[in-house]
This record gives sequence, structure tokens and C-alpha cells, in this order.
Amino acid sequence: MTDIADRQKLSYIAAQAADARLNVELETEGMTLNIGPQHPATHGTLRIIVRLDGEQVIWAEPSAGYMHRGYEKLTEVRTFPQVTALVNRIDWLGSFANEVPFILAAEKLMDIEAPPRAQWIRTILFELSRIANVSLFLGDLGVQLGAITPVFMAFRDREHVLNLIEGATGGRFHPNFDRIGGLKDDLPAGWIAETKQVMKKLRNFCDEIENLLFGNEIFQSRLRGIGVIPAEVAKQYGLSGANLRASGVDWDLRRDQKLPLAYDKVDFKVWTHPDGDSFARCWIRLQETREATLIVDQLLDGIPAGPIMAKVPRIIKVPEGEAWVSTENPLGEMGYYVVSKGELGPFRVKIRSASFNNISIVPWVLRGVYVPDVISILASLYFILGDIDR
Amino acid sequence: MSALLAVDLPYWAQSLLRVLGGTVAVLLPAGTIVYLFLFKMMSFMQSRLGPMEAGPYGSMQLFAEVGKWLQKEDIAPERADLAVFRFAPLVVLMSTFLLVAVVPFGPDAYFTQFDAGVFYLLAVSSISTLGILMAGWSSANKYSLLGGLRAAGQLIAYELPMVLAVLGVVIQAGTMNLQAIVVKQNTDAIFGWHGIGFPYILTQFVGFLVFMIAVQAELTQTPFDMPIAESELVSGYMTEYSGFRFLIFFIAEFATAGVFALIASVLFLGGWGVPFSWFGWTTDTNSVANWMNVGGPLIMFTKMMVLTGIIMWVRFSYPRFREDQLQRFAWKVLIPISLVNIMLTAILKVAF
Repeated sequence: MTDIADRQKLSYIAAQAADARLNVELETEGMTLNIGPQHPATHGTLRIIVRLDGEQVIWAEPSAGYMHRGYEKLTEVRTFPQVTALVNRIDWLGSFANEVPFILAAEKLMDIEAPPRAQWIRTILFELSRIANVSLFLGDLGVQLGAITPVFMAFRDREHVLNLIEGATGGRFHPNFDRIGGLKDDLPAGWIAETKQVMKKLRNFCDEIENLLFGNEIFQSRLRGIGVIPAEVAKQYGLSGANLRASGVDWDLRRDQKLPLAYDKVDFKVWTHPDGDSFARCWIRLQETREATLIVDQLLDGIPAGPIMAKVPRIIKVPEGEAWVSTENPLGEMGYYVVSKGELGPFRVKIRSASFNNISIVPWVLRGVYVPDVISILASLYFILGDIDR
Repeated sequence: MSALLAVDLPYWAQSLLRVLGGTVAVLLPAGTIVYLFLFKMMSFMQSRLGPMEAGPYGSMQLFAEVGKWLQKEDIAPERADLAVFRFAPLVVLMSTFLLVAVVPFGPDAYFTQFDAGVFYLLAVSSISTLGILMAGWSSANKYSLLGGLRAAGQLIAYELPMVLAVLGVVIQAGTMNLQAIVVKQNTDAIFGWHGIGFPYILTQFVGFLVFMIAVQAELTQTPFDMPIAESELVSGYMTEYSGFRFLIFFIAEFATAGVFALIASVLFLGGWGVPFSWFGWTTDTNSVANWMNVGGPLIMFTKMMVLTGIIMWVRFSYPRFREDQLQRFAWKVLIPISLVNIMLTAILKVAF
């Protein structure tokens, strides 16, 4: 941790040297390698064009858009309640979290607020989808680095969380549960006790992963000091979420903004790490999964009674206006800029998804690294392809 | 093997037996390792059941898999160097067969035996490098090329610690003949106590560790599996292979794991002998009961399973190194350690 400045300097020098090598046009010819669109490390169809000198990357560029589904345009021909079914599929591992900011934006325009019980359940499901999402990251991280066992543990324990989400909402991956003014249903009987059990299992899973992966010397030597992103650069590229906090920026929308969610009722720690390297990003996510289980536990204890739906008209027409709401989603800041012309559906929706901004740093961070580090850096930046190509 | 089971056989029969024996000695460990470790142990470690349907406990899964691979179309990339591309898997498998040729399984149960046995096996184990490099180059695929080059760099780097680790045993035994090394380990005494013979793992423990690490790298198993690296190079040099050529790579990988475990048990664990020599060791192989030609292979097989179990255990639980870290580990850690080991062995050999 002490020689972090040296490492940053070194990676800067490596990048400069890579530029110089391009400029002087050496006799050797770089090899252009397409990592993707079909490549196991890209979680889908991201294409990263890298130019290699041996195994060293001298130039890299992500080329997104192979899975573009046009959600921003599609929302214009949907009514407001229908949009949640679409945006569910943006970050498909933490679906419920995608619905919340859109619903909050619509509620802001209509100037209504969900009743407290709905807010609490929303927050619980939000955190559960964070756990489902990030626990899979923790397993997948192992696969990217060549350890095949952790991913099965991740699948095993994510299953419990998915069962909880299914129990509450009826959908494992795409709940489509959030409604303008509240939620579709109340929690089923016995759900709270079961959730507490599962949260205990998830904390065990975090300990297991910490022992199996994070304590491993090879794992540490693969990630420490690799892909260092200093705080200023991270801010300049618009990183958010764990990627930003790993660079030492204490910024968490759950804590830093006032939204009609229950985060101000619970006591939680926002983890940051001074290093900004790949290890820091992975470590932050591990801690956040653990923190999320604690948040859920606290919320379950204090869940208020009452209705789960505010009074909303049967046919929802959102008054004219514009609203921006963003939340701290599993992958980072996710926001919706909703423009309404007073009709049944939105006039225009701009989706700010976390992964799209997070991978914008790829050309900067990949210069001068080796091919195996390309994979580990991409894994630690953690993007979901649906979140890049909305 | 001129006197296999104390029966004199004509030359053609001996040759036939050797070929059959070699095939068994390569395929049986490969099959057992794949079923027991790759299918079952890995599944239990990953909270799965593994194959369950084909045969009792999925034991016929192996044959189903082989049948599947044999049915597949043998595809070669359009711009591949066809002759090299097709020959490469055979080169890799050939190295396995050449390795097993010098491994002694019993007093008379060996395929061939000569005084430069250790030298020979270290030499032929590098042939697989050639096959992998051929496969990587001829596939006309950038990922394969990267994998092949990584493999070449890695296998050459790890050849050296392996040689140096074995040297300790050679110094201590005073011979390079593998059968003689086995005899020596079973007839020597620890300070006059003949109970368990003198397996060299006791004195050459450092050498044993270095050897096993080098074997892990030589086999391109997980902490050192950069040449294959599914998540980076998709499958490295094997990317373009399908059908029975892929099967040959696959068999060669696991058969070589078995053969290296056999070699490790010959060099460090007393080979086909067992402690408390109740079957009549005194000085040489002539004093051993003839039925050890059947019992010896079983003992070797047991030792092999223990060692491959360790190899596979590491494989399933570790992440992989980066290429430069691997080279650094070989040159800066393993080689100095094994050099010190050789020096100490030589000094102690002279002293005692």
C-alpha cells in the first residue's frame, strides 16, 4: 500500500512507452486481437479491440453495441407501468434495482410518495438484488482468474437469494414488481424469517470466498497493483459504484442523497479502499455484499406495518415535466431522465447505466498491461453487457 | 521383460505384450483420473453430483464421452497448416508413451530398462512441448498462437527445476537407472533400520516439492495453465481442435499426469515396493517374489492415484498465475532452491 504512488508512476511510464513504441514504428508489427464479441471473459457480446506487442497491450478500445436493444426508444411507445418490464432487462442480474429509479422518477413527476412499508420492502428487494448480482461477480472473478470452484459456490448461494426474490415477487430474474405509488403485493407469510436465514448463509458465503480467493497468494499477486485507477482519473471518466469507491472516493448515493427509500433508517458503512487497483475493486464488492446482508437484516427488524400502495389513479397519466433520479445500483450509479408530456407514456427516457461509463475507462487502464491482466481488469471493473448496450 | 512372469516368450509375443501393456499403462490412468478426479472429485468440491446417469454412479460416462468425441467431425481451419495441424496431437501423445516406457512396475514388469533412464525421461518429456507449439502455430488462430508460445516458454522454464530436482535423487542413489533407484530405496536402511527401506522423499523432500510443482507446470494444470486459459485464450492451442484429435490432446493431458505421478513415485516414494518388506526384499530384484510382477503395478497405481489426487486438488482450487509471474517463480524461486538442494545432497552424500 505504501508504494502505490510508485506503481501508478510505473503504469504511467508503461503507457508512455507504449505510445512511444507506436510512434517510432519499430520493425515489429503489432498484432490486432479481437477479444470478443464471442469470448468467455466478456459476459456476453462486448468486443474489445486490442493491439498487442507480444503479450503487451499497446492500444485497446471497447466496441459496444452488439446487443443493443433500443430500450430508450422502446419506452416511448410504452405506458409508464409497462416500462418496468423493459428496464428490468438492463442489468439482468440485479433486475429489481433497475425498476426502482424509474419508478421513483415517475413518482417524483406525479408528486406522490409510496407508503413507508412499500419503501422498506423496496429497499430490501433492492439490496437482495445487489446481493444476487455481486455474489455472482465474486464467483465469476475466480473463473476469470482460472479458479473454477468459486463460481459454483456463488451459483449455489445466489440460488437462495433468487428463491427469496421469487417468493416475494413471483419472478426470479425479472420481478417487474415495482409499481408507481408502491408495490404489487405484500410480502408472503414466513418470508422475513427465511430471509434472515439466507442472509446468514450469504455471510458464510462471503467468508468462504474471502478464504478461498482473497486470501490466496496467487489471487493477490494477480490483482494487486494491476489496473490502478487514481481517484482523479476515475472521476474524470465518470466511474461510479464500487469502481469509484475502490479508488478512494467516498461516494455512495444510498447515503448521499435523500430518496424515498429506507436507507436513512439503517446504519451501514460505505467501504472505500485507497489503492484503486483490481484487488481493491474486488475487495470493495466483497465487503459491500456483506454490508448488504447486514442492511437487509436491519430493515427486516424494523419493517413498519401499513398499506403497500399509495392512492394512485387507475389510469396513470404523468403530468408534464422532467425528472432525474439515480440510485446506487449493484454496478454503480443508474439514473433515468424522464421527460413527460402529460400522456400515458414517457416522451423521452434517457438511461444512465453504470457499466457504460465504467467501461469507458478501458482504453486508459488497459494500456501497457499483459493479456492475462486485460481479463482480470475487465473482470474487476465488472460490467453486465445488458447494462452497456441498453 | 525377457522373463515376464518367468515364462520365455518369442520376440513377437513380447513385443505384442509390450504394446498392449503400454496402451493399458497410458489409458488406464487417464481414464481413472478423468472419472475419479475430473468428473467426481471436482463435482463434490463444487457442490454438484457430477455424472450420475450413465452406469452406476456415472462410471460409464467416460465411454459415452469417448463415443461422443469419436463421432464428431474432424474439422481443420481453412488456413491451417494441415500436415502439422493433424500431426501435433500425436506428438503430444507420443511423448506420454515414450515416458511410460522406462517406468518400472515390478521386478520384471517394465517395458524397457537402461542405465540412462532418468536422463531419457527428462529428455522425452520435452517432446510434448514440440507438439503443443506445432498445434499452436498451425491452427492459424491468434489465441492458439499465443497459447502455443506461452506453452513453449513455460515448459522450457519448468524443465530446468524438474531436472535439478531429480538430480538430488540421482546423486543420492548413485544411478540413473530407474529400476536401480527403486531397488535402492527398498533395500537401503535408515541408520541400520530396514523397516521401511529408504524412500527418498525423506531426504529429498524439497526436491519432491519442486518436482511436483514442475510437474504441475509441465502438465499445464491450473496454477500454471496459461497455455490453455479458458477465460483468456479460450482454450489456447486446443481451440481449433475437435473430434478425436481433441480427444487425443485430452487423453495425453491426463495420461501424462498419471505418468508423471508414476515417475514421482518411482523417484521419491519407493516405486513398486511398499514399506515393511514382507514380500522378501533383501538385495536386488531377484530376491523378490515373482507375483510382485502383478502386485507391483497395483502398488504403483495406488501411489499414482494419491499423487494425481494432489495434483488435481490443487488444480481445482487455485487461480492461475500470470505468465511473467510464472517465469519469475521458476527462475528466482524454484531453481535456486533446487540448486541449494543439490549442493546439500552432494555434501551429505560425501559426508555419510
